[in-house]
Amino acid sequence: MIEIKNLKKSFGEGEKRLVVLDDFNAKMEKGQITSIIGGSGSGKSTVLKHLIGAYTPDSGEIWIDGEEVSQLKGEAANGVRKKFGIMFQSGALFNSLTVEDNVALPMREHTDLNESTIQIMVKMKLEMVGLRGAEHLKPAQLSGGMIKRIALARAIALDPKIVFYDEPSAGLDPISIGVIDKLIIGLSRKMGITSVVVTHEIPSAMRISDKIIMLFKGKIIASGSPEEIKNSNDPRVKQFIEGSPDGPIPFSKSQTDYGEELKEMNHF
Amino acid sequence: MVRLFFGFIGRRGFGLVDASADFFREISGLYYLTRSTLYCTFIEPLKGKPNKWGPVWTQMEEVGVKSSTIVFLVSFLIGVILAFQSAHQLNRLGALEFVGALVGVAILRELGPLMTALVMAGRVGAAFTAEMGTMKVSDEVLALETMALDPVKFLITPRFLALLIMLPCLTIMADLMGIFGGFLIGVTTLGIDPVVYVNNSLDAMEIKDVVTGLIKSGVFAVIIVMVGSYMAFIIEGGAEKVGQNTRTSVVVSMILVIVADLVFTSLFFFVF
Ligand SMILES: Nc1ncnc2c1ncn2[C@@H]1O[C@H](COP(=O)(O)OP(=O)(O)OP(=O)(O)O)[C@@H](O)[C@H]1O
Ligand SMILES: [Mg+2]
Repeated sequence: MIEIKNLKKSFGEGEKRLVVLDDFNAKMEKGQITSIIGGSGSGKSTVLKHLIGAYTPDSGEIWIDGEEVSQLKGEAANGVRKKFGIMFQSGALFNSLTVEDNVALPMREHTDLNESTIQIMVKMKLEMVGLRGAEHLKPAQLSGGMIKRIALARAIALDPKIVFYDEPSAGLDPISIGVIDKLIIGLSRKMGITSVVVTHEIPSAMRISDKIIMLFKGKIIASGSPEEIKNSNDPRVKQFIEGSPDGPIPFSKSQTDYGEELKEMNHF
Repeated sequence: MVRLFFGFIGRRGFGLVDASADFFREISGLYYLTRSTLYCTFIEPLKGKPNKWGPVWTQMEEVGVKSSTIVFLVSFLIGVILAFQSAHQLNRLGALEFVGALVGVAILRELGPLMTALVMAGRVGAAFTAEMGTMKVSDEVLALETMALDPVKFLITPRFLALLIMLPCLTIMADLMGIFGGFLIGVTTLGIDPVVYVNNSLDAMEIKDVVTGLIKSGVFAVIIVMVGSYMAFIIEGGAEKVGQNTRTSVVVSMILVIVADLVFTSLFFFVF
């Protein structure tokens, strides 16, 4: 189980200080799929980066399996990292390695399996994401969607107990989205994997999630089962789910008034 | 660090405090990265986590074998140029047959190691920063960390070992090519008797010249790898930074190579 308590994080200093997460609290139950949804720049990836220990919170705690992990360093942090797999938003495949070596890397480094066993396991993982036969391609030769799927295969290479997905289905065709959704559900139902999914795709989030957390400007504005989110009365949640351009969530990120700013510029 | 170099010139006066704070931050960053690289490369294998030699071989081919042509060419031409330049002066003293001695000593002690290191700083240091910097911005370094793999051990150590082995090797070959270049001009254009040329050269050159040259090239290797890697690892943000830091990396490692050369040369001057 993952528990995040009062997480706060801001970037930059002084004038440019940007509060990205403000008092973020969440619980991700074991074996369940928790989705984090929210607009671009609302801090979703930042939450994930805290979970994997890439960022240290300004304040707050992160508990994974009963262990406070936000301040861990070195070997202790590596111990926790071995428990989870992560699929990055950009894929983050190693460009100098072939697909096979990418997926095999964690196995080669962290297990004593012999080479032929590893190759069989790589084949199995690639078959799961529907890309068996792509073993000898380099990441540069793959399409965006293929990169995502290889990244997923690499994330689950060591059969982790927890998997984090950053935008697993962004930029995929509807069929591939269906496949990935099914895969995420399968992993969590059959193997009891705890999944945290960051996504924009509302239909996909509705399909797969046990629990949905909606972020807006670094704060949680709604949290509950897909049904509860669907029936929410909060206008901001409604707007996001329906995807309507008009509503309480502004499209523009700017803090100052547009007219005022234009007037200011007229001084010369 | 470069901010300091330009800072000193550009913002002299008000930026001085800022610049020196930056400077010390960069220096200590470089120091810590070097320390953990040395630890990963030499101490950890003793604790039962042996280095993998596969990536080291790949890097040795990349930095060593593929650089040999340009290093050979440069040092050969340096030998030729030195022979021409010194011939004129030595001829006035009536000591033309000492061209070989001068070329040999200059190449072994100074120009062989230095030119090789400068060529490699441009060729290999830049490649290191560009490669690892790209990995940094595309989250590949983060991916390594989340797989509980140490980026230092994984990315820097193979490059470190490869250059530490290959730079001295290249230096020796550059020495030979340079001396050969001088010899060729000496016995043809300058018309010095080959036997006299060789004898004079051998008389002048000492084994300690070669050894000090090799010690220097080992130090240069450390500088090139560490500056190249550090400049890559501090990149935050986008691809534009990769370009900037690649340039910075070459400039800084060239300057540090020459500074180190000065330090070691004066050290050897007083010690030997
Ligand atoms: N390392 C950083 N330094 C400074 N600002 C950052 C950093 N990382 C994120 N931010 C800022 O934090 C905010 C949230 O970023 P984050 O990547 O978490 O958004 P997101 O919700 O994942 O968006 P998207 O859906 O577009 O991926 C953004 O405004 C971004 O500019
Ligand atoms: Mg994101």
